[in-house]
Formats: sequence, structure tokens, C-alpha cells
Amino acid sequence: MTAPAPSPRPQRSRLERLAEALLEGLIRLSGVSAIVFVLAIFFFVFREAAPVVFSRNFDLWKFLFSIEWYPTSASNVRYGTFALTVGSFAVTALAMAIAVPFGLGAAIYLSEFCGRRLRETLKIVIELLSAIPSVVWGFIALTVTSKLVVDATGAAVGVNVLNGGVVLALMSVPIIVSIGEDALKAVPDSYREAALALGATRWQVVYRVLLPAARNGLLAAVLLGVGRAVGETMAVLMATGHAVHIPGSLLDSVRTLTANIAAELGEAPVGSDHYRVLFLTGVLLFCITFAVNIIADLAIRGVRRRG
Amino acid sequence: MVNGSRTAPPPAAPAAPARIQVADLRLSYGDKEVIHGISFDVRANEILGVIGPAQSGKSSMLRCLNRTIEFVAGARVSGTVHVDGEDVSRTRDVHALRRKIGMVAPLPVGLPLTIYDNVAFAPRCAGLRDRAELDALVEHCLRQAALWDEVKDRLGSLGTALSGGQQQRLTIARALSHRPEVLCLDEFSIAIDPVTTMRIEDVLKELRREITIILVTNLTQQARRLADRTMFMLNGRIVELDRTDVVFSEQPGSRQTWDYVNGNFG
Amino acid sequence: MSAAPPAVPTRFVRTAHVARKERAEGVARFLFFLMAAAMVVPLCAILGYLLWKAAPALHLGFLLDVPKKGMTEGGIWPAFVGTLYLVGMSLAVSAPVGVLAAVYLNEYSRDNAFTRAINLAVINLAGVPSIVHALFGLGAFVYAAKFGYSILSASLTLAIMTLPVIIASTREALASVPHSFREACWNVGASRWQTIQAVVLPNSISGILTGLILQVSRAAGETAPIMFTGAVFYKAVQRGDLFPYRLDEQCMALSMHLYTVATQVPNVQEAIPYATAVVLLGSVLLVNATAVTLRVWLRGRKRW
Repeated sequence: MTAPAPSPRPQRSRLERLAEALLEGLIRLSGVSAIVFVLAIFFFVFREAAPVVFSRNFDLWKFLFSIEWYPTSASNVRYGTFALTVGSFAVTALAMAIAVPFGLGAAIYLSEFCGRRLRETLKIVIELLSAIPSVVWGFIALTVTSKLVVDATGAAVGVNVLNGGVVLALMSVPIIVSIGEDALKAVPDSYREAALALGATRWQVVYRVLLPAARNGLLAAVLLGVGRAVGETMAVLMATGHAVHIPGSLLDSVRTLTANIAAELGEAPVGSDHYRVLFLTGVLLFCITFAVNIIADLAIRGVRRRG
Repeated sequence: MVNGSRTAPPPAAPAAPARIQVADLRLSYGDKEVIHGISFDVRANEILGVIGPAQSGKSSMLRCLNRTIEFVAGARVSGTVHVDGEDVSRTRDVHALRRKIGMVAPLPVGLPLTIYDNVAFAPRCAGLRDRAELDALVEHCLRQAALWDEVKDRLGSLGTALSGGQQQRLTIARALSHRPEVLCLDEFSIAIDPVTTMRIEDVLKELRREITIILVTNLTQQARRLADRTMFMLNGRIVELDRTDVVFSEQPGSRQTWDYVNGNFG
Repeated sequence: MSAAPPAVPTRFVRTAHVARKERAEGVARFLFFLMAAAMVVPLCAILGYLLWKAAPALHLGFLLDVPKKGMTEGGIWPAFVGTLYLVGMSLAVSAPVGVLAAVYLNEYSRDNAFTRAINLAVINLAGVPSIVHALFGLGAFVYAAKFGYSILSASLTLAIMTLPVIIASTREALASVPHSFREACWNVGASRWQTIQAVVLPNSISGILTGLILQVSRAAGETAPIMFTGAVFYKAVQRGDLFPYRLDEQCMALSMHLYTVATQVPNVQEAIPYATAVVLLGSVLLVNATAVTLRVWLRGRKRW
């Protein structure tokens, strides 16, 4: 054996320790930043809206539930967002009616039926699909699908609820598939094996075992899809037309909360009531998506706790 | 604190002073208490064998010694651990404490670094930069761990590419690299073959001249071969702690010890 | 225990019930396959259609040229460079913050209410509609911070919006480094940061890079957040000029330009909006494909 290595215990220099402490401070600060940013978003958006909220003639009930949106009327200005809210939900509901069955079906296919290679390929396609910018979807809605809608239904204009719903469905499918697949993957293999050992077919395994077991995760997938659809701006701005009214049929043009802000913010004079009401609409949107996201998170957490 | 008692090792007399004193140590994970107030001490330059079935709290006990238990979510510790008279929960430099107590985990962990960097990692973290000193230290530790001859020509290859037994010896070399005064081994032979186990046991016999060793083992015969004293733990309590020849005799202090040592349970 | 086992095992009989079960299985399998195919087919069809319509305008000159005659002719250079500016600036801000935040969440935070609050905040940051981010950027950067309508305001807005992308993928990358490595480091007296620096970061750098690339692709495609904070319909720029903008001015951007030529400008040459869309989509998909390739390639060379 060689002689023991030389003595005095080494010490880190003060500079090194200081640098490390500084860096750890930065790390902690960055960790908190997400909370700061979310609070800041609410604060700054609400701050611009506040003067109109606290003014005497503001009526929250009318803002939420009146269908009269006449922001530039010379004689009688009215800011009722109900038609916009209905527009948002009509388009979202249609999108979900299309995207949920397809998305969950694709998720089931990916996680239960297809081979490894095909799954990897499809997952890449899904990732690319979700990477397509919303303005490109909007452009596709404007130039491609709107013509298809006119051809198929004979509607007067192609930019309507149906068109917006179809495009939003295409946009929300990827998120539903990927979260849904995660939820199905989270079901322990032992469940599948136990069911298969009892002589169940794969399909029976899916609807008797997996769907109940992954219920919460699938719910979260759907909710995140809803969140994405409600918050989508550019695509619906270009896809659904600009009529501010409650749609009577799938072939009516509508305007959503998001599209309304995008369409009018540029023209509303800074500091005017109109401008502030648009920010208030932003607060409303923030609250809606906040609620949807929290419910989705609770659903996912439920999955983890049981798993 | 920094130089410790390394320069003047205490004489290995029968009544050697206690290196580590544990008093009423309790540990719970969440609501579940896994160590129910144990007290013992570890004497200088002895090998203390710790035996007992799985889930007895042996590994958790080790983690309390060098305070890595802090990294386990939901772990709560009470009671005191003194190392060389210093209360570990109040130590000013927890990293120095961890360097003083070497730790070898059950499964070999070669860090995804080169073999050289694996061994030089701890001294570098402590602030050692001198290349020649590092070279000497790396060679010394690898020799101590009986690995030098196998790897001296490929110190630059990845530690993770070694075989299981080699990685375990690398782990021991790494644990020796910060020149610990106490070396804790947690079931080191669980993932390696008997031949390597015997080689490492020889290494330990060599090392006991310089340092104190706590040997947690699932092989009771290993404790019998190596330990000066043996501690039998069961369900978070110490059943017996005595000279190894007493524990393994026909009349140990407790009936449970006899049953466990003779394979009646566990 | 009562009856003795039969001498000859009963043969498996394919009853009507079993046949029905198997038919149902086949139908279900086919249906699910159709649903999966329903995602792929539109993508290919749409890409093909866009390419076909854009073909007349797709040449290098289109990229390098500036818009002419009220944006009805010419190219997209100012918009392309503007997007580079916005993406670069936003990456410079969100990369350090996002990576450090992920390091905090994965390496430092404990499992408590505060950490849950941060997680919730990250989820919400990703879920807030892009137009609300735009309102925030307008209120916070343009007015409150007095940066005005500028590249600075727009890229800060983009940075905050894309932060969750970086946080999520960095976290995933950090979490994939086995816990035993960390314990081994702590056991030899390495501090948390030394552990992260020596073992965790070097082994997750590829995943972190993937996250940064995804941030780039996301930031390049966004329109709403920059529309009211710093992107402008038109700005006169020299052909092929690499540094046409200052950080306190507005700029053009590809996504915004696509919106403009598709909806706001009358009598545009037909191929121009399609070609703009193809360039935007092509760049974004190219960047994404890089991330995918990187990930697949790195999965093949794990070091443990």
C-alpha cells in the first residue's frame, strides 16, 4: 500500500461558497417566479379594467348577462358580453363534441392497440400537430375548411360556428391524445394482465377496466382540451366570422370572447371605457381558464393519489 | 473540527472512547414511526456489525448519522447523534460532517463520470484543486479498495461501464476519497458475487486499523466474520448489542437473537 | 376435492359467445385505428394543399425580398427577421428563468403547499389564453414599465408566455436522472448545487435543450401576444438587412404578417399568403423536428 495521501483537509474558498449561495438564491427566486407572473397577469390586467369596474354606472350583471354589445354606439353605449360568452361556448362545445371521441379513441388506440413503432411515429405526428401555430390554423380555416363548409352545407358564409368548431377540434385533439394516453399508461399493467388472464378481450379490458380506472386522467385531458379551445384566439378570430349575436344554428357567424378582444383592442382609444371593458373581458377569460385548469389539476392529482 | 483527531488516532484499547453516541433516536416517515428511540455508541477503531431482518430501520439509522435523512420527504427525526462529541443536528458544516462519515449504499452507484472523476469528486467538492495531490489520492483510494490493478489503464473511461462488483469497489474508493473517520457500509454485498465480497471483506479488515466501521449486513455470518461487536435490530428497536462472540454464542442476551442468528425467522 | 380431475383435458371450444367477443374486438380495434388516422390524414392533406397553392411564390427571393406595393407583392424579409429578433430576445429571458425554476422545483422544493402553489401557477401560466397574455403585456410592459410598443415589450410577453414549456421539459429531463446518483453525491459531502452541477445537469442537458427548442417553436408561432405589444403591420426595411430593428422599436413578425396578408390587405397576389404560411409552418415544424431528432438520438446513448 502507498502512503496515505497528504494531510490538511482542503477547504473551499469563500468566493466559491459565496457564488454558490448567490446562485441558490437565484434558483429560489426563479422558482417563485411562476407564482409572481400569474399574480402579475391578474394584477396588471385587472388594473387596466379597474376604473370601469369601480365607476358608478357599471353593472356587473349587465356585463355578464346582457347580449347587447354596442361599444361604439354614439347615443347608447352598452357592454354586454353574454353573446360573446355564448359564442365561445358554442364553438368550444362543438369542438369538444368532435375532438373528445376522436382524441380519446386515438389515445386508446395508441396506448392499447398499436405496436411500438407505430406508436412512436404517431406520437411524433401528434407533437407536430400541436406545434402548428394558431395563426396558421386560422389561415387554414379561412382558406381551406371554410370553402369545404360552404360546399358541404350550402351556407351563405363559410366562416361560422361549424368552421370554427372543426378547426378548434383539430387543434385540441393533440392535447387530449397526449394527456389521455398518459392517463391510460398510468393504469398499472397488473390490471390489464389480471383481466386478460380471466379471458377478457382487449376491448373488454378497455371499457371494463381501463376507462373506469383512468377516469380522472381522461377527464383532465378533456378539461385541458376545453381550456385550450376557450382560450384560443387567432384561429377563432379568422374562422368564425364577426357577428356578435347568439347563434341560432351551426351555420351562423359568431364572435368569441377572445376574438372580440383581438378584433377591437386595436381600435379602442387607450383609457376609454371600451378599452377598459376589453381588459375586463380578459379578467373574465382569466377566471374561466383558471377554474378549468384547477379542476383538471385536481382530477390528475386524484389519479396520482390512487396510483 | 477541520483537522479532527485524524493526526493522532486514539489507541485501540478495549475501552476505546465512543466515536459516535446515539441517544433516544426516533424517526418517523409521516405518521409511521420506524425507529422507536434507540441508543447506542460506536467505539473508535471497531467494526460494529448491525444485523436484523429487512425493514428493521438499519438503513434509516445510517441515514440519520450523516443527516442524509433530510433528503427523504416526510422524515422527522428526534433524539441526538453525537459524532466526536459534536451534535450533528447543530453542526455548522453538514458537508464536512458527511465527509467525516463515509457511506456505501447497498446497490453500487458508479456516477456517470470517468473512474478518475468518480474518486476525485468528493475531494474536489471539498475544494482540493491540486492535480498532483488528486492523482496521488485517487491512486491511494483505488488501491485501498482493491480496484487499482483492474482500472489503472482506463481511469478515463466511464465508471458506469464497470461490472457490478467493480462498481461497488469504486463506490468504496469514493467513500474513502474524502478520508472519512467512520465508514458505514449498508449491505454492500447484496448485489455482488461471493468472490468480490470476500475481497472487500479483506479490504475492511485492512481498513479497521485506521478507521471505525459500521457494517450493516443481511448476512449474519458476515458480521460474525468481521465485527468486534454486533447489534441486532428488529422492528426499529435494538434487541441486543454485545461482543460478537456473545451474540453468536449459544446463550445470547435475548432469545430472539438466538432465533434470528440461527435462521428460525427473518 | 370431491371429483377426480378428468383424464383428458377438455378442449378449448370456440363458442358463439367467444366468436362475438372476438368480432367486437376487431371492430373496436378498427374504429380506434380510424380515429388515430383521422389525426394524421388532415395534417398531410392540409400541408399538401398549402404547398401546392404556395408553389408559385416559393423561392429564395421571396424570403429575402421586402413587401412591395402595399404588401400585395414582394417578399417577407422584414417579418422573418422580426420573428428572429422576438424569438431570440424571449429565449434569452425565459431560458435562464425557466431552467432555474425547474431546478428549484425538481431539486430544492419540498413536497408542501408552497410547491403545490408553484405547480399550479405553472399550469395556469400555460393555460392562460394568449390574448390575456397580450393584455398583460400591454398593461405591464407597454404602459406600466413604459417600454412602449417595442420589441422589448413583445419579447418579454412572449418569454413569460412560453416559460411553462421550458419549465416542464427541463423538469422532466432533471427527473430522469436516477435519484441514486444524487444520494451518492450527498453521501460524500457534496452540496446540493455541487451535485446538480457535476451529475444532474450534464446528464439532463439534452432534455433541457429540447425544451429550449420547443420554446423557440412556440414563440415563433404566437401572434396574439405580440399583436398589441410590439408587432406592427408594416415597417420599411432594406432587402436582406440583418439588423434592421432597434429593441425599442416595433417590428414586423411572420405570424402577424400572415394574419395581415390573409385578412387585412386587399388584392394580394394569391400565392403570397400561402407562401407566408408555408414559411412560418415550415420553420416551426423544422425546429420541432430538430427537437424530436435530438430526443430520439439521445435516448440511444444513455450513460447508465
